[in-house]
Amino acid sequence: MNMPASVCIFSEELTYAVTNAIKFRGVEIVFLSAFWMLITGDPALYRIIGLSLYVSLTATLIAALVGLPLGALLALKEFRGRIAAVVFVNALMGMPPVVVGLAVFLLLSRSGPLGSLGILFTPRAMIIAQAILITPIIAALARQTLADLWVQYRDELAAMNVSTAGSVATLLWDGRFSLLTALLAGFGRACAEVGAVIVVGGNIDGFTRTMTTAIALETSKGDLPLAIGLGAVLLVIVIAINAIAWAIRRTGERLAGAA
Amino acid sequence: MRAPDSGLPLQFEHTRVEAGNRRILDIEALTIASGAPTAVVGPNGSGKTTLLRIGMGLLKPTAGRVTWGGRENAAATRRAFLFQRPVMLMRSAASNIDYALASADVPRAVRKRKISELLALVGLSDFEARPARHLSGGEQQRLALARALARDPELLLLDEPTASLDPAAAKAVEDILREVAGRGIKIVVTTHDLGTARRLAGDVVLLHRGRVIEHTLSGIFFTQPKTEEARRFQAGDLLI
Repeated sequence: MNMPASVCIFSEELTYAVTNAIKFRGVEIVFLSAFWMLITGDPALYRIIGLSLYVSLTATLIAALVGLPLGALLALKEFRGRIAAVVFVNALMGMPPVVVGLAVFLLLSRSGPLGSLGILFTPRAMIIAQAILITPIIAALARQTLADLWVQYRDELAAMNVSTAGSVATLLWDGRFSLLTALLAGFGRACAEVGAVIVVGGNIDGFTRTMTTAIALETSKGDLPLAIGLGAVLLVIVIAINAIAWAIRRTGERLAGAA
Repeated sequence: MRAPDSGLPLQFEHTRVEAGNRRILDIEALTIASGAPTAVVGPNGSGKTTLLRIGMGLLKPTAGRVTWGGRENAAATRRAFLFQRPVMLMRSAASNIDYALASADVPRAVRKRKISELLALVGLSDFEARPARHLSGGEQQRLALARALARDPELLLLDEPTASLDPAAAKAVEDILREVAGRGIKIVVTTHDLGTARRLAGDVVLLHRGRVIEHTLSGIFFTQPKTEEARRFQAGDLLI
């Protein structure tokens, strides 16, 4: 629904007046300014928030599709070198984001093996970098959760002649509420990450600027209200998603009889 | 109609299981044929559970042969196992049975009817939607029995099914086992409770230190035991 022109003009005038007031009063009221940007629906702010959520949620989804079955396989499949594989995946949890960003940059740069895709400095490149960064986190945490469940289920599933693929599916389904923690850890890391996305995304205004890269940029420019507004939103999003996930987990576990 | 790959008789020939220098099971010859339930009795650590696991195919012997219906690599499609402490999947009672039916390739169209039948058999019809892990110990044991029977087994192996149950719950399980045996399913049950063996079994296998000390008809075992170990075990003496 379009707002009447008079309301738009009034809103713009009010924003102008408040912003000027803030400038005159000094940095001690930057928090008020940040709050004002949030409640007035500042388009730049909300574009950044939207892109951040899109990139991080998509990366988490991709990482879950790879990391959860990988974690389940590491939990239940016995093979030579399994311990080394587990140690390796655990070690990858501590990968420096800028190193991941650099690796993806080299892959996607014009002279790189995937340069022909032409997706460097696009949200797709950022999704790839974040997915690579958080897949080991999800896989390692899922492995730990599912290994505990596998100790309970191993004999029963063997007695029912359940295949490896069937066992993986069973573990993932029955452990789904506990696995939310792994997914949250991955999403949290993706949301909070700045090094990788700034390397492969380029922090292009209106196109690849996320909350974290914008916070870094605006802080360096001295535009603290925007940086603080974004920081507050980031915190609220992370807390809200954790709260929702916790509620889902508690309710789900109670209904499934796991708690 | 029975599938062609029969699991009976279950035969152990020179079957040994060793862990390090310790011999856990050492069976020269043992044949478990169709018919009345077989009770495997013996003190703790005598090898009962190991024998049962090998009989299911969950454990490979260190040496010797185990055959089902004369075949060493017979598919375990007609065998089922009930653990001493069964683990319920984190689903409803009905879904636990549905899972077993699906893993036995039972068509989806007949599963609902089968679930109702099995829940009725074990007296849990009213608990269909209840999370399996919210059931009591005795109810979980009966649900696990229904889940094992979902595989339509010819051979049902039970590891101390009444060990952790109170008398009423144990009686409920024994009643179901009698009903199941009456349907032609061969039951092999381990127990250190001679009362259970006496009430259920047609023949008894006494194990001690991994060896078969005596295998005879239940009536003979309890009235005219052939070995000193069997006499002492029945008298409640410690077999060490």
